[in-house]
Amino acid sequence: MSNSTEQAAPALELTRIAKAFGAVIALTNGTLALHSGSIHALVGENGAGKSTLVKIIAGLYQRDSGDFTLEGTTVDFTSTAQSKAAGIAVIYQEPTLFPDLSVTENIFMGRQPTRALGQIDRKAMRDEALGLFTRLGVKIDPDRPTLGLSIADQQLIEIAKAISLDAKVLVMDEPTAALSGVEVERLFAVARSLRDEGRALLFISHRFDEVFALCDTVTVMRDGAYISTSPISETTVEQIVRQMVGRDVSSLFPKTEATIGEEVLVVEGLTQPGEFHDVSFSVRSGEIVALAGLVGAGRSEIARAIFGVDPYKSGTVTLGGKRVPKRNPAGAMALGLALVPEDRRKQGLVLDSSVARNATLAIRNTLTKFGLITNRAENSAARVWASRLEVKTAALDTEAGTLSGGNQQKVVLAKWLATNPTLLIVDEPTRGIDVGTKAEVHRLLSELAGQGLAIIMISSELPEVLGMADRVLVVHEGRITAEIERADATAESVMFAATHAEVAS
Amino acid sequence: MTTQAPVARTYRDYGQPLWRRLLISRASAVIGALLIVIVVSSFSVKAFAKPITMTYLFLDIAPILLIALPMTLIIITGEIDLSVASVVGLSSVTLGVLHQGGMPIEGAAVVALIVGLLCGALNGFLITIVGLPSLAVTIGTLALYRGLAVGLLGTTAVTEFTEFWTDLAKSKIGDTAIPSVVILIVVLAIVFAILLHFTPFGRGVYAIGLSPEAARFSGVRVERTKFILFLLSGVISALAGIYYTLRFGSARGDNATGLELSVIAAVLLGGVSIFGGRGNLPGVLAGALLIGTLASALRLANVTSDVINVITGTLLIASVVGTSFLAWLRTRRARPGGVPRESLASAKS
Amino acid sequence: MRVVGNFFKARETGILLALVLVVVVATVKNPSFLFSPDGFRDLLLTPSILLLLAVGQAIVIITRNVDLSVGSILGLTAYLTGRLFIDVPGIPIPLVFLASIAFGAALGLINGALVAFAKVPALVITLGTLYAYRGINVLWTGSDRINSSDMPKDFLALGTSSFLYIPLLTIIALIVLVIAGWFLYTQRAGRELYAIGSDPAAANLYGLKVTQRVLVAFIVSGALAGLAGVLYAARYGTVNSQAGVNLELQAVGAAVIGGVAIFGGSGTVWGAAVGAFLLVTINRALPIIGVQDFWQRAVVGVLIIGAIVLDRVLALRQARKLMEMRDDS
Repeated sequence: MSNSTEQAAPALELTRIAKAFGAVIALTNGTLALHSGSIHALVGENGAGKSTLVKIIAGLYQRDSGDFTLEGTTVDFTSTAQSKAAGIAVIYQEPTLFPDLSVTENIFMGRQPTRALGQIDRKAMRDEALGLFTRLGVKIDPDRPTLGLSIADQQLIEIAKAISLDAKVLVMDEPTAALSGVEVERLFAVARSLRDEGRALLFISHRFDEVFALCDTVTVMRDGAYISTSPISETTVEQIVRQMVGRDVSSLFPKTEATIGEEVLVVEGLTQPGEFHDVSFSVRSGEIVALAGLVGAGRSEIARAIFGVDPYKSGTVTLGGKRVPKRNPAGAMALGLALVPEDRRKQGLVLDSSVARNATLAIRNTLTKFGLITNRAENSAARVWASRLEVKTAALDTEAGTLSGGNQQKVVLAKWLATNPTLLIVDEPTRGIDVGTKAEVHRLLSELAGQGLAIIMISSELPEVLGMADRVLVVHEGRITAEIERADATAESVMFAATHAEVAS
Repeated sequence: MTTQAPVARTYRDYGQPLWRRLLISRASAVIGALLIVIVVSSFSVKAFAKPITMTYLFLDIAPILLIALPMTLIIITGEIDLSVASVVGLSSVTLGVLHQGGMPIEGAAVVALIVGLLCGALNGFLITIVGLPSLAVTIGTLALYRGLAVGLLGTTAVTEFTEFWTDLAKSKIGDTAIPSVVILIVVLAIVFAILLHFTPFGRGVYAIGLSPEAARFSGVRVERTKFILFLLSGVISALAGIYYTLRFGSARGDNATGLELSVIAAVLLGGVSIFGGRGNLPGVLAGALLIGTLASALRLANVTSDVINVITGTLLIASVVGTSFLAWLRTRRARPGGVPRESLASAKS
Repeated sequence: MRVVGNFFKARETGILLALVLVVVVATVKNPSFLFSPDGFRDLLLTPSILLLLAVGQAIVIITRNVDLSVGSILGLTAYLTGRLFIDVPGIPIPLVFLASIAFGAALGLINGALVAFAKVPALVITLGTLYAYRGINVLWTGSDRINSSDMPKDFLALGTSSFLYIPLLTIIALIVLVIAGWFLYTQRAGRELYAIGSDPAAANLYGLKVTQRVLVAFIVSGALAGLAGVLYAARYGTVNSQAGVNLELQAVGAAVIGGVAIFGGSGTVWGAAVGAFLLVTINRALPIIGVQDFWQRAVVGVLIIGAIVLDRVLALRQARKLMEMRDDS
């Protein structure tokens, strides 16, 4: 592990951390050394273990084994309050603030400055909040409730909280996912000033341009294990990607050739203020169209609008020539649309329900005889699809929440494939899944395309996009900025379109 | 693994054998408790083991059994309807006022049912379309509907009802001691049981209770389902009101005050989780019977109804605390680290 | 950004205006509603008991819970008050106050312990204790009844005498209101109640002592109901087993009308107090403007529904306004 900084003990050091949840092994070797006055990047694919590592740092989880030291002393946090007290602040992608309370109260909740009689000194509190914001160089009204604040502002409030707690270590977990360009710049300026104050920052991100612009060191993880640490100046994006993926990119995905047929889905002028604007594209049968872009670009929003879960202001969606109704998932399903959503646990599955029930939820109306449905009918149908997708479970009435990520995703896929769709939208199909199952999913998608299914694949993983797609549509801040054929699709061309507003094709 | 021919997988239907699934369930626990109460009471309480006890038992708890049917589905979806007793009162008053004004009972009953439907529709509208929390809404409609009932009749009561109908309400099946109203209960119980356990609609109800978001993403019409349930609750409550009025031969504005508590107690005792998504109808029926039988036995043992209320209240609390405790045990067993499920390896780990 | 601040105050001033309006209309119809010694006194006196219950209810609702047992607690403590005077002749009045408050607090403690420790929804727990406490009350009372002749003249005088034209009981209630309002606004523990109701998960992450705070909220609600029981006995002089029946729903209604969000996190005890006044005053004004008092419950129902619909509409509008402000800044 190369390390060319001069400080003595790292501000925070993790060595060979291991963590498992029942049968799911999240970390085998989590290793990280954060130094004061440095912005350290942590990169890795989904499922590499970054999130688990962060939660151990935050005190949310406890490690199974390995060392965890803060400025040289070993620590064992059993709660987030403890890690906070020790000087660690974590800023999540979705900040947890109290929506009904003011910005100032959010920053100081539980430790408000007081006068005699224990009275909260509101003036002092407000002044301190203003002072924090000035130091950060941002302008936020300390008196307004946090409800309705942009994610960017909410993150800044979390940072203000961290500073007022004099946090020595700040962890930022995918902070730029939901930020616009201007907000990202503002965040970076703040991060740099925090670094100059001597704090240690950990920056977790998928966006290499940001990593290279902001950070001085980068650690790569893969499949729950530490891979490498290098100063940014001594490495390149390609080296990092290779370390992240660990293998030659192209051999991963068994893309079979498929005959591409007629247009199946036509989207025209889809617009929802604040989410996406004037989105138009079409998908043909047998085609896999990837929607690429940075996290937060609006791709999932577009998918949900097409499927009918979310509303949209204007535009049309037609499937096989028929208009797909707005705001009506059941209607979209009847026409042949299917959506495997982004959040497997909250949107894709009813976790507390059985595998059989989950697998048949979308087709329950077709399993009836005289209007009645039985467990037997559900089990028969579920059995067919579960075995076709090779779902690993002992019994069909096992709770879906106890399955591994890969098997959960298979159940979701089973559910939607059982509806015999004309067009399947998969949102992050292999997020949080082990490598073996990933390959299975890709093979399955390829096969289905070969059988004539039209597929829209939303993915933030470049290798997956480049390997699977016949066409790549790149989305940037709610607009389609590029349409790239398979032959012309490279990491550079896609990333460029993903990070820029105007692209000459 | 991807290069070999796929292994044909076999799956068991169920993780546990049938007898285990039947025995270790809430419904059987409640039925067990019911049997114990019956046996113990038959020996220790004089006059309990007589057919007439059963007659009065069913006559008394008929409204609770009826209203518990839609209430079960509503609570499974994660909502609640506190206005049911007020709808009973309002339908009772409607029946009385119209009949007193000359309308035959048949017609008045139909109008009363429509009134119940409208009450349910208002609840449904405020909850599913305006998007208000059901607790707050039904506290408000509880007051509103009861207020309308009391307002319409004041302190008077209507006691003149066609003998045919009041006799029918109290009549028994042939020579048995079982009241005729049990036929109505059985029919409706079967309908609701089929609806909840054997139809796609019922599958949707459970999905909504366990995960409204996932249900929506799977094409379940969440708002429409809930609206229908509140309509059903209104109609059934009105039906219970008609029965109540005819059985006692009296329509009063304050009829059935407090009934919602008995209904909810029966539903929760029967194993339906207040958090939604869990529970079944047999358990609820057993729960209602348990509460009713216990009350009957105690009453015959000359225990005053206030003590019965204390017991009901304590039973309600105990059953919910017990369920909560068992659920906590379940999560500890499944996840040896004791990690709360929400924070577990989230979608992007 | 005073605009936002005023937006919050809008609710309390709104219902205050409504209250004034009701009083004006009733007084126009019947001047003695306000302009007679008894009229003015009753205007302030009658709502005082509900005010205490509403304040306690507001505190509980702010933490995202509810306490449906307060009516039963009031009944129990009102009866206790009478019983103490009968069974312990010469008992000092302050001691009776303390005993009832302590009794109410103990009953609240049971609620709070079950909600905070067993993590069972307050709705169910307090539904059960509503039943159980009322049953114990009836059991204890039997067919008995406390009459005014059973209680000392001094005590009953509390119920009718005034200080500077304001009834003593109202003064007591207002003192409680001021203390509660001050506490919720200026004390850390008070602010934490709002945080817990606003986002319980975040409150846990922040390391707030959620269990402890919720427990205390229920104890306070019970204690205030206990105090209300004493005031009830002083005001009405007669106590039977039905004292306090249905008052819990009125307390919830008063809080909701007063702007306390049913999901917690916002609202003030001031609003709940005005809500209590509004509710009771409307009910008293109805007969004067020709509406039979049989319609009181219906009016309460309409007010509650109106209040939560209004809340929803305002919340949607406020959210939109806050989003717009965000885009401008």
